[in-house]
Amino acid sequence: MMQLQASGVCVTLDRRDVLKDITVSAQGGEFIAVIGPNGAGKSTLLSVLAGLRKPDRGQVLLQDKPLSAYAPRELARHRAFLPQNPRCDWPLPVERLVALGLTPTLPAFGGFSADDAARIETALTACDLLAHRQQAATTLSGGELARAMLARALVADPQVLVVDEPLAGLDPRHALDTMRRLRRLAEQDGRLVIAAVHDLTLALRHATRIWALRDGCLLADGAPAATLDGALVAALFDVAGCVSGTGDSAFVDWV
Amino acid sequence: MIRVARLGLWLGLVLALLSVLSLLVGRVWMSPGQLLGAWRLDADPLAALILIELRLPRTVLALLVGAALGLSGAVLQGLTRNPLAEPGLLGVSSGAALGAVIAIHSGLALVFPLATPLLGLAGAFVAALLTLSLGRGEGVLVLVLAGSAVSGVMLAGTALALNMAANPYAAYEISMWLMGSLADKSWDHVLLAGPFLLAGLAVLAVSGRGLDALSLGETQARSLGVDLSRLRLQVLAGTALAVGAATAVAGAVGFIGLLAPHLVRPLVGHQPRRVLWPATLAGAALLLAADLGTRLLPFTQELKLGVLTVLVGTPFFVMLVLRLRKVAP
Repeated sequence: MMQLQASGVCVTLDRRDVLKDITVSAQGGEFIAVIGPNGAGKSTLLSVLAGLRKPDRGQVLLQDKPLSAYAPRELARHRAFLPQNPRCDWPLPVERLVALGLTPTLPAFGGFSADDAARIETALTACDLLAHRQQAATTLSGGELARAMLARALVADPQVLVVDEPLAGLDPRHALDTMRRLRRLAEQDGRLVIAAVHDLTLALRHATRIWALRDGCLLADGAPAATLDGALVAALFDVAGCVSGTGDSAFVDWV
Repeated sequence: MIRVARLGLWLGLVLALLSVLSLLVGRVWMSPGQLLGAWRLDADPLAALILIELRLPRTVLALLVGAALGLSGAVLQGLTRNPLAEPGLLGVSSGAALGAVIAIHSGLALVFPLATPLLGLAGAFVAALLTLSLGRGEGVLVLVLAGSAVSGVMLAGTALALNMAANPYAAYEISMWLMGSLADKSWDHVLLAGPFLLAGLAVLAVSGRGLDALSLGETQARSLGVDLSRLRLQVLAGTALAVGAATAVAGAVGFIGLLAPHLVRPLVGHQPRRVLWPATLAGAALLLAADLGTRLLPFTQELKLGVLTVLVGTPFFVMLVLRLRKVAP
């Protein structure tokens, strides 16, 4: 199982401290929801954990090896990353777009192996995209494109999946589907999933762990039921909130 | 894969046909019999001379230059994710033009005819180095901006050379060269530019996977293990070699690099990597056809290649833009 450890991570952008001394660790089997207000540093933290941004101080270890010591292609074989509002600039058919997720394992020339084709098929099915497979990605609706991008991230079956706001633009059914899929990926397949999520109720119900960020500081780190309460909501968002119910019927509401 | 292969076959056939025509057509028309007989020892020496020393190098250069423009256009459109990108984007072709113009302006070209393409090549490399050092960093946009700055400087230098031309004849020579032509090109030109053209084509041809990943944007491309700095360098080096050499021997030939990728893109499903080879072949076919056009059109003065490509290319491009407007809002 994959071990990911960040210690003393600091990032300064334009003389503003975006991340201040963040120390977290995570391992395969966990589905971590990163919550916090806009500008809390969630996206920066995710790109540092994905190895796409070098922290100004501190380091991130994957399997006890610094991320900076991995070759980009090697790292890409272990972890997949989806930025916020991913888009595709050419009108590629959806199945071609999904296949781009296999880039780190493909040779410079030649087509797909039977194994690759099977992976693409699985990802298309899992993300409910079979009806759209030949459709141009630029003509998809926002939610459909988000699903296509998730399929793109899942197709290579990465050990670590880092996703920035996978629920943006999704209808309730597909938002639920996505959260369940991410949870399954962690619980059944032993993958490590880290996702920035704005829907606190879905985070509460589906994540196995919460990281709460505000102003670049980690305010809370723990199991959702034990961590996410009215006090944390107030501390994070300056809005009074209440958390009621338990398990699959738990929800977070504003007062 | 099937579609790309079939398209390649068609383009190959068109190329073969155009190549044969290119060998036969000109001020002196050849018959296919003369073409086949030119290799025999007892062939008509004049026909053999025209075919082997004039038509053949001209045809080979047209193929190579067209291929270089088509492929670099496709690669640059993939790199910038912008359908308006063209081979001159990184300043390489204006650098080559300036180099060649300096050779003509200084009179070097009169003493030593190959000085023009040689200085053209040097100009292309200088421009590429300038673009590289100015556009340091990782983003593609920086490189493009650096390219247009370098291009501006090189164009200003060319204008200055025209401005300062010692006599009207030199100015005329320069403007004629700038219009682009494959007339009177010899095997020397092929031998000089060929290796650079081929090396550039090879460097550009292997950029496909990176360009594919780039259709998802720079962040996702990086997350997929694409080394963007290396890709940028690869594209710049390939363009400097291929387009630099192409411009150095043939002058400024516009629109082929812009047009060729657009012609084939919808046929191969818009994926940047799959556009590369068809765009290469389409570029070669377009340039060969344009060169044939300059020989066939009945003007007393030979119509310049660059003039013809822009004349024919522009309306065609407008048509493409109108169609694109319907497809993508």
